[in-house]
Amino acid sequence: MKREIPLIITALIGIVFIIQFFIPHEPFHSLSDIFSDWFSIIQACAIWLGALNLVKLSLDKIGKQGMIAVGSAVSLALLVAIFYAPGFLAGRLPLILFLLAFMLMFAGQYSRSRVKEDWFLSVSTVVSFVIIIIAGFAFSNGRQFLEPGTRFDYLYQYVYSPLSATMFAMLAFFVASASYRAFRARNKEATMLLLAAFFVMLGRVPLGDWLTSFMPEGARLSSLADWVMNFPNAAGQRAIMIGIALGVVSTSLRIILGIERSHLGGES
Amino acid sequence: MNRSFVRSILLLLAVTAWAVFAVAQDDTTQPAPADTLQETAPVAEAPAPATNVRGEDTPGDEGGSITVFWDQSADDTGIDAEGITVIGYEIRRTIDADNVPFHSVGFAAPGSERFEDATTSDDSTYYYVVVTASRDGGRAESDVIGPVQSSPQWFNTNRTNVFIIGLIISAAILYFIASARKGKQLFIRRIAGLEAVHDAIGRATEMGRPILYIPGIQDMDDVQTVAGVTILGYVARTIAEYDTRIDVPTSRSIVMSTARETIKAAYISVGRPDAYSDDAVHYVTDEQFGYVAAVDGIMVRDKPATCFYMGAFFAESLIMAETGNSIGAIQIAGTAMPAQLPFFVAACDYTLIGEELFAASAYLSNEPKQLGSLKGQDVGKLVAMLAILAGVGLFTLAQLTGAETINNAAQWVQDQFLLN
Repeated sequence: MKREIPLIITALIGIVFIIQFFIPHEPFHSLSDIFSDWFSIIQACAIWLGALNLVKLSLDKIGKQGMIAVGSAVSLALLVAIFYAPGFLAGRLPLILFLLAFMLMFAGQYSRSRVKEDWFLSVSTVVSFVIIIIAGFAFSNGRQFLEPGTRFDYLYQYVYSPLSATMFAMLAFFVASASYRAFRARNKEATMLLLAAFFVMLGRVPLGDWLTSFMPEGARLSSLADWVMNFPNAAGQRAIMIGIALGVVSTSLRIILGIERSHLGGES
Repeated sequence: MNRSFVRSILLLLAVTAWAVFAVAQDDTTQPAPADTLQETAPVAEAPAPATNVRGEDTPGDEGGSITVFWDQSADDTGIDAEGITVIGYEIRRTIDADNVPFHSVGFAAPGSERFEDATTSDDSTYYYVVVTASRDGGRAESDVIGPVQSSPQWFNTNRTNVFIIGLIISAAILYFIASARKGKQLFIRRIAGLEAVHDAIGRATEMGRPILYIPGIQDMDDVQTVAGVTILGYVARTIAEYDTRIDVPTSRSIVMSTARETIKAAYISVGRPDAYSDDAVHYVTDEQFGYVAAVDGIMVRDKPATCFYMGAFFAESLIMAETGNSIGAIQIAGTAMPAQLPFFVAACDYTLIGEELFAASAYLSNEPKQLGSLKGQDVGKLVAMLAILAGVGLFTLAQLTGAETINNAAQWVQDQFLLN
């Protein structure tokens, strides 16, 4: 029964979604909306599962190393500093938070050989969690926590966003290293890839057209780059998209019909 | 007494005379009457009205919408045209053309010939008028049309093509599943990335290092995540048999719960429920780059021997795959995000491209029923190939001959594959 009930629910909801795609009449239209709302509600409730799991794992690691006291002390000190010494901290908070994070990381790295646990990350996680929760719930001065000027907004704008942007910026370096490996002319196909990439990249910058300015407009590098992108590249992408669409249909049918059961432990 | 009475009368007369004189003087300084103004001021010339206005219930919807059509004004010849310049059409509506004034429900750009009024109630009837507006302020009303009523439909006729194609593909898939059930041998081409799954797990076992499994960063309502978790089921069964450690950081709570249940079921199915631990699957964060930072940290610290990336990925794909590459892990990726595929191809050892991600579960299971569904997909590909060939051939012929019939036929083929 434990396997049949999920299969029945999956089949029913899958069939309702297929029907509502073709039949806009009630009750199917409303049913699909209701199911979507249910998913959103479950999703919203489930966020606590994730958050609590994260805190639990972090506390386990901290506890193992006897660091819970350190974590609490750091949290408390930071909270006091953030909320009761704004004059001193004005404009320096992000810097102090970064310094604190680095200190924790160095401390962790130093002690890693002995403790074998990444407790410093756990401390950072719990401290950040506590700070953002308190900033969001308790220090909004009657405003929505997302409104500009709240403590939460301050942390979001000046701590979270720069950190996030830093991670995203790393992509530029990884693109360079991945391109270096991908475009090595090891065989015939790789050489063709290298040549196509070379012309497309050159055609995308003004230098490409400048180098081929003596040629007719249709034969310049920018035109060549456009041709590569609009024809061979678009054709390849569309072939992949057709395959994906067919794969989605096939997978959906397998799940709705109960043929696909690997998420329930496979056939048995 | 008499003298004062006469004086009062004289004063009254004087005041009255002054008042009359003042009013008369004031009248001469007032603006001319309106009719005089209209005669002298320049009047905006009205554009030609929209013609052949008609309204009908919007087809294939859930009700609550009426579409109004019209033929363009004769003056709607472009925004830079000489003479009267039509700047658009205002669509006005009323529930009673005789007693209730019309009110505006929206505007349409010059050159347009339809407007969808999605604010109607299925219980009411409506009358419409289309007002053509010119740049000079001229307005021309069309004839009033109505009554028109919206209603929900029982079938979205705009999607008939999707229905028919879906039916053909589904029928083919079901046919091959049934054939496989009867014992018919089906040939499935070898997929290198999936052949390498067992080797990759074996390598991690021999090296005594964990396996990192990333099920994408989308939630369970994305079919790619479903495919990723499905493959996780098979990977987990092998891991349970080999007694290898697996680490599954997730970016969604529901994915975490589902992945836990999947791994637990896999451990139970191979008879090793005691070896299962909830800690194998843990939530990190919903935030894209926070998740990447955490996963990269896990890679650098734990140095997993094998990394799987199966699901929906965005910009984080290359950051994770390059970090995995830098630690020397065997990497197998699969996604249906076309923009991320080149990144995975460049940074991973094996990549499941698009449909291969969805085929992976069936391929790994080696169950005839599931393999049958893969064979059914091939019929879909055949239909797509024939349609592409027909479309390309007809459009080329139409271009060469200039024949309207062939062009219409080509257009018809194209329309059959457009999603409305």
